[in-house]
Amino acid sequence: MANKVLVRQEFKVVGTRPIRHDGTDKVTGRALYGGDFSLPGMLYGKVLRSPHAHARILSIDTSAAEALPGVRGVVTAKDLPRPEEGIADVGEGAVNLRFLSDNILASNKALYKGHAVAAVAAVDAHTAEAALALIKVDYQVLPAVVNVREAMKEGAPILHESLRTDAQGQKGTTPTNIASRIQFAKGTLEQGFAQADVVVEREFETATVHQGYIEPHNATGLWSSDGQVTIWCSTQGAFTVRDLVSQILRYPVSKIKVVPMEIGGGFGGKTVVYLEPLAALLSRKTGKPVKLVMTRTEVFEGTGPTPAASMKVKMGATREGKLTAAEASFAFEAGAYPGSAVGAGCMCAFAPYDIEHGKIDGYDVVVNKPKAAAYRAPGATQTGFAVESVVDELAEKLGLDPIAFRMKNSAREGTRRIDGPIFGVIGALDCLEAARASDHWSSRLEGPNRGRGVASGFWFNIGLQSSCTISVNADGTVNLVEGSADIGGTRASIAMQAAEVLCLRAEEVKPTVADTDSIGYTQVTGGSRTTFATGWAAYEAAHDVLRQMKERVAKIWEANPADVTYEEGVFGVKGDPKMQMAFRELAGKLNHTGGPIVGRATVDPKGQGGAFATHIADVEVDPETGKVKVLRYTTVQDAGKAVHPSYVEGQMQGGAVQGIGWALNEEYFMTPGGTMANTSFLDYRMPTTLDLPMIETVIVEVANPGHPFGVRGVGEVPIVPPPAALANAIRRAVGVRMTRLPMSPGAILKEMGTV
Amino acid sequence: MAIVYIPALMRGLTGGAEKVTVPGSSLRQVIHNLEAVYPGMQARLLQGDDLSPALSVAVDGEVVRLGLLAPVGEQSEVHFLPAMSGG
Repeated sequence: MANKVLVRQEFKVVGTRPIRHDGTDKVTGRALYGGDFSLPGMLYGKVLRSPHAHARILSIDTSAAEALPGVRGVVTAKDLPRPEEGIADVGEGAVNLRFLSDNILASNKALYKGHAVAAVAAVDAHTAEAALALIKVDYQVLPAVVNVREAMKEGAPILHESLRTDAQGQKGTTPTNIASRIQFAKGTLEQGFAQADVVVEREFETATVHQGYIEPHNATGLWSSDGQVTIWCSTQGAFTVRDLVSQILRYPVSKIKVVPMEIGGGFGGKTVVYLEPLAALLSRKTGKPVKLVMTRTEVFEGTGPTPAASMKVKMGATREGKLTAAEASFAFEAGAYPGSAVGAGCMCAFAPYDIEHGKIDGYDVVVNKPKAAAYRAPGATQTGFAVESVVDELAEKLGLDPIAFRMKNSAREGTRRIDGPIFGVIGALDCLEAARASDHWSSRLEGPNRGRGVASGFWFNIGLQSSCTISVNADGTVNLVEGSADIGGTRASIAMQAAEVLCLRAEEVKPTVADTDSIGYTQVTGGSRTTFATGWAAYEAAHDVLRQMKERVAKIWEANPADVTYEEGVFGVKGDPKMQMAFRELAGKLNHTGGPIVGRATVDPKGQGGAFATHIADVEVDPETGKVKVLRYTTVQDAGKAVHPSYVEGQMQGGAVQGIGWALNEEYFMTPGGTMANTSFLDYRMPTTLDLPMIETVIVEVANPGHPFGVRGVGEVPIVPPPAALANAIRRAVGVRMTRLPMSPGAILKEMGTV
Repeated sequence: MAIVYIPALMRGLTGGAEKVTVPGSSLRQVIHNLEAVYPGMQARLLQGDDLSPALSVAVDGEVVRLGLLAPVGEQSEVHFLPAMSGG
């Protein structure tokens, strides 16, 4: 299907599809992941986890474990420095130091089943596991609360006696599980609903789901006798690991080096730390390198899922199809410690639309589940499911085409969001137009129990800090060093931006992801920022190289540097067409004309531009089993400028598939006592290639004026529309409006009244 | 003067006003001047000498990266939003 290209600038490298630099290593199994890593004399660590969802820890006796032959060290919360009260800025966001430390090793209370309580280092993994069984923990079991609405009720078990509701800077006075409350309001809600001819109001719920990355968390730590700490791990942000470990261990960042290994998926779940401080701590205690690798059960029970949510949405429209008012209340489960993505969820909820009157309330609520972590467009999928379902129902009640209804109300440049700011250049309407023009939308869908649904979504994207250096090699190639973990092909997309500036081929730029001692500060690969921000750093570093190369040419030719030109890979001098020197030729002369040339750049950009997507889903529902079969699925998304279209398509497809899994299958089955009952991929059902058709993609390119090449982030927004697109398709297929995720066979049969 | 949009739950401090105008060429000055007219605002927006880590600030639609040093234009719009991170 044809992509919709609205950018005007033509490029030579940006927008092409070279083979990724790390491709051969990845497909031949040579790429080194944390699980592959080992050091001489290395010990193996295991973590003891709470069997209770909520319990006071009265005592921990590690003596029997320490006496077991082969055990070299045991640590508990007592081995962690007592955290200072307060909030620390670790680059991408603020963290509460006490909560951060307590989530690594519980001190006085275990707050979820799977909460780490102690860790052991031994000569092998089996001995470490045997030692865990010898650690005696005396628990006082407390009532648990694992549902957001239950946790908000008066009389609910309280997780943190010191927690008070923060209402945009104003603290409450009584203990509560509601960590924070936010509100956005625009216009006059009553007036907006008074103008409406049709009003739809519904309640929605989404389940706790996990990011489901294939590679489990792992970390190897080495605390050298000179006090230098090195950590090899799987992370989306080596500098974030360094910052967090520094805060948790109260140890200087200058003495911590983090080496990012290849990463087998993160999706937001690897922007935090779990094992890294333990690996360092156990190494300090034993004097040996210590490696820890989680099992899948540990990943499910002990690392951040995305929040379950309870939501109410009310929207009104005129009979002509103009949205007049929107109101919503979103309550998110933060897990054991405050900090769900409810704020972002609130701000994304109605972003695809121009609505004059609106009000949004958000609640961040602690429950006895693992501390929630980011997951692709954090918060936006939950709220998007609720809002896009109501938008669809309004279109249905008004007898309007769902895309035409969305287009009539679409946000565009100059639209003021309910949370306040005004949109710049965006591609919301362009995505809808491209969806309407797609082959999928114009195709016929026939047959019983079949339906087609559509939904849109928005994600902000973020900027943040990145660094890059580029060294010129004597053969005319360059080495590019950056600090962004490569999750989705960013080595290629970053190298290509440098290649574009330098008039080189993508293969002539060799990218390396470096450790924290070897590159300037670079924040996480997250927020769909890496191709935007680190790519921008590469762009600037390449220009720095060119500036120095021009100076060198000028020196060789005894010309004015300001008169030196560079076009099509050849240096020249204004007014003298005979003077020419290719990039490669000059690269070969560097050693004898002044020495090496290294370009460098650091950026902290704003102007990342938001990303919109519209998805179309065709489904068939089996009325006997309730199973939903996805017949056809198309994603349409504004990428600004797709630097490497294949990897943009890969992000669109991957995000859509994760959203489909979230919509149809995935769910933490929690017992009333707070135990997850499905802690393996056999029982926690994620979609595979056998479950889905090829996901079709349409890249829309509305250039982002905030980036040299017009780039917008692409990694997150494709997960937002699928739940609503599928719910809307199911509605047309069998006539039921699904308001709870997952829309599993049993849930659909129940809604259809079959069971 | 900059137009400052007041977060909904803080409008009690501005008598319900959704937006107010205050002078200032940096975010620090804007918040200082806001406090002079609407006492209590600073305590809700700052932590110590810095912006509250729970907040991000958008000036003219863009989330600023310079904290209190962020420049604010004569006709700028200032919004206080929840801090957020991506996945």
